[in-house]
Amino acid sequence: MKRLIPSARPAKRFAGIGMALAAALTVAGCASTPPGTGVFLLLDTSGTYAGELDRARSVINYLLGTLDPGDSFGVARIDGGSFSEKDIIMRVTFDARPSVANDQKRLFMERIGAFTDTVTAAAHTDITGGVLQAAEWLEEVGPGSRAVLIFSDMEEDLPEGYIRDFPMELDGVRVIALNVTKLRPDNVDPRAYATRLDAWRERVQAGGGEFTVINDLERLDVALEL
Amino acid sequence: MPTWLMVWPGNPALSAALLVVTLILVLYGARAPAHRGILGVARAVNQGCKRIAVALRGVQGRLSERTREVLLSEGLEDTERQIEQEFRRISDAVDRDLGAYPVLHRKLADQVARIDEDYQKVTDTPPAPESWTRTLEASGELVRQAGDQSAAAKAVGALRSAIQEAHEEAMESYRDTSRQRHELLARMVPAWRSMSSTLDRVERSVAGIFERARHLDELMDRYREIAKEANMAERKLASSTLTQFVTASLVLVVASLGGFINFQLIALPMSEMVGATSRLGSMQTSDVAALVIILIEITMGLFLMESLRITRLFPVIGRLDARTRRQMAWATFSILLILAGIESSLAYMRDMLAADRAALTQQLAGSTVTRPEFMWIPAVGQMVMGFILPFALTFVAIPLESFIHSGRIVLGQVTAGLLRAVAFTVEMVGFGVDHAGKALNNLYDVFIFLPLKVEELVMSERERRARDVRADRTTSTA
Repeated sequence: MKRLIPSARPAKRFAGIGMALAAALTVAGCASTPPGTGVFLLLDTSGTYAGELDRARSVINYLLGTLDPGDSFGVARIDGGSFSEKDIIMRVTFDARPSVANDQKRLFMERIGAFTDTVTAAAHTDITGGVLQAAEWLEEVGPGSRAVLIFSDMEEDLPEGYIRDFPMELDGVRVIALNVTKLRPDNVDPRAYATRLDAWRERVQAGGGEFTVINDLERLDVALEL
Repeated sequence: MPTWLMVWPGNPALSAALLVVTLILVLYGARAPAHRGILGVARAVNQGCKRIAVALRGVQGRLSERTREVLLSEGLEDTERQIEQEFRRISDAVDRDLGAYPVLHRKLADQVARIDEDYQKVTDTPPAPESWTRTLEASGELVRQAGDQSAAAKAVGALRSAIQEAHEEAMESYRDTSRQRHELLARMVPAWRSMSSTLDRVERSVAGIFERARHLDELMDRYREIAKEANMAERKLASSTLTQFVTASLVLVVASLGGFINFQLIALPMSEMVGATSRLGSMQTSDVAALVIILIEITMGLFLMESLRITRLFPVIGRLDARTRRQMAWATFSILLILAGIESSLAYMRDMLAADRAALTQQLAGSTVTRPEFMWIPAVGQMVMGFILPFALTFVAIPLESFIHSGRIVLGQVTAGLLRAVAFTVEMVGFGVDHAGKALNNLYDVFIFLPLKVEELVMSERERRARDVRADRTTSTA
């Protein structure tokens, strides 16, 4: 897990820098590399899951506290047609200066607060559209490490006429399903829950991505490996 | 047993026995060349090891000799430097205390002359002896004998009065001169004190010079001993070098910790200046920038110490004339001062950033943002540390010089010791291989002991027969 104050680093880094300085100075020039981490969080606002948004807010706050200057973070809602810019609540690449990045995080927090206070339940759940939207943005920003977090029960419910049964391009993207709640049919037949998650795992892995499920949010820091 | 070794496929025991017998016979037949081969290889390895050990000892000897030369050279240089310093101090003392000796001498002469003059003036002139009294007594007697009303009595009386007045005047004059004498004596006291103090100062200066001269004599003796390459001097120098090395290493470790603290103070605010995302190779540019600032400070410290002739790591700076060195010292000090100011402000910015970060964390956790009451104390502390640490790092130059000079000698001695140990080990390996070859030959013979025993019996029988034949011939000849 990243430290909250980046300067509080272990002593070995100081020694390591000293030793590696000579080698590093051979690198031609001072090149700006892409920011390290990109995270996109999809919030399911359909039906009963809309009641879980307070937990989602905690996750967002945790991520805001963990991400560093230069990292990218976006949040979008999942509703009937999520492959759309209008569903993006906020997305930002934090400034390289820590003080400016902190101000951006404050603004981010306010926007999310405003959203969760006024959100209304959606009639459908287009998870695939949201994942495609997130993957597209992360590809565009180009961070070193990319993660799409899905705060949902992972039950897709598309409006009529929407086509989503095609392979997704998810090379190098870690798709993490958070707080996957069990539905009523899952209680009747728990195999339905496993089947649903397995289907998503297959789709993500077929697209070149990596799929993980985290229901215990206390383990978030370990699972995210931020 | 593999099938290809089975001479009699249905009988493995017999096949094995036949194989063993064949092997023993083959080994017996090859005994002499095998022994020669084993001993030859062992001897070759032994010889090779001996040559390697000799070569290593040669390298070690040359290295030891070179280290010794460096040690003595360093010792000579160090003693020369100390002698030079002592001469400079004596010169300073002479310039300061005895340079003004003519003035001092004149002052002392003046004081002595004044005292002498005053002394002459205070010579006591006692009042006239008792003649005055006797004259007065005689005149009194004459007046009594002649009667008060006689002319003679009146004349004597008048004379007596005149004498009485003259006596009183003389006594008054004596009192005046006595008072003047006391005044002169009182005036002499400060002059005496001044002279005493001047003489004390002269004594102290001379004693100091004598003390330095004694130290100089010791240094000269030491210098002569080193120049003669005396063993005692070498041992003393080696011991002193090791002490220097250990001490300098410890101080450098402490200085590294100081540098680490310094780095911590400025690394975070540097990311505010150069950005936290820019990278140089695998490192953040802000970290590199912070480290570079610290290294520049250390470098400036080295140059400052060098300009002040406290250290002598750069002969080029040492050869500069005094004026240029002074200018260089001021320049490096100015740069250090500016860097210290920058660090101080960076340390303050670090405190601000940390506070901002803490506030954000509180906000994200959903709690009310509060700023502790005495937060200005660590802020001021960090600023002071940021200002002082660059100057403290300046003094790294002194242990660094000791470390470099002593490290060269200690490294030479350690390497020589290692070479000696490796040479010994190689020699022991050769010795072991030589004896292992002999042992292997004996083991070879153990394996083929049966044919050897048969050979021995045959040979002894042959010898016995030969002896019998010789004995028969001797008997028949007789």
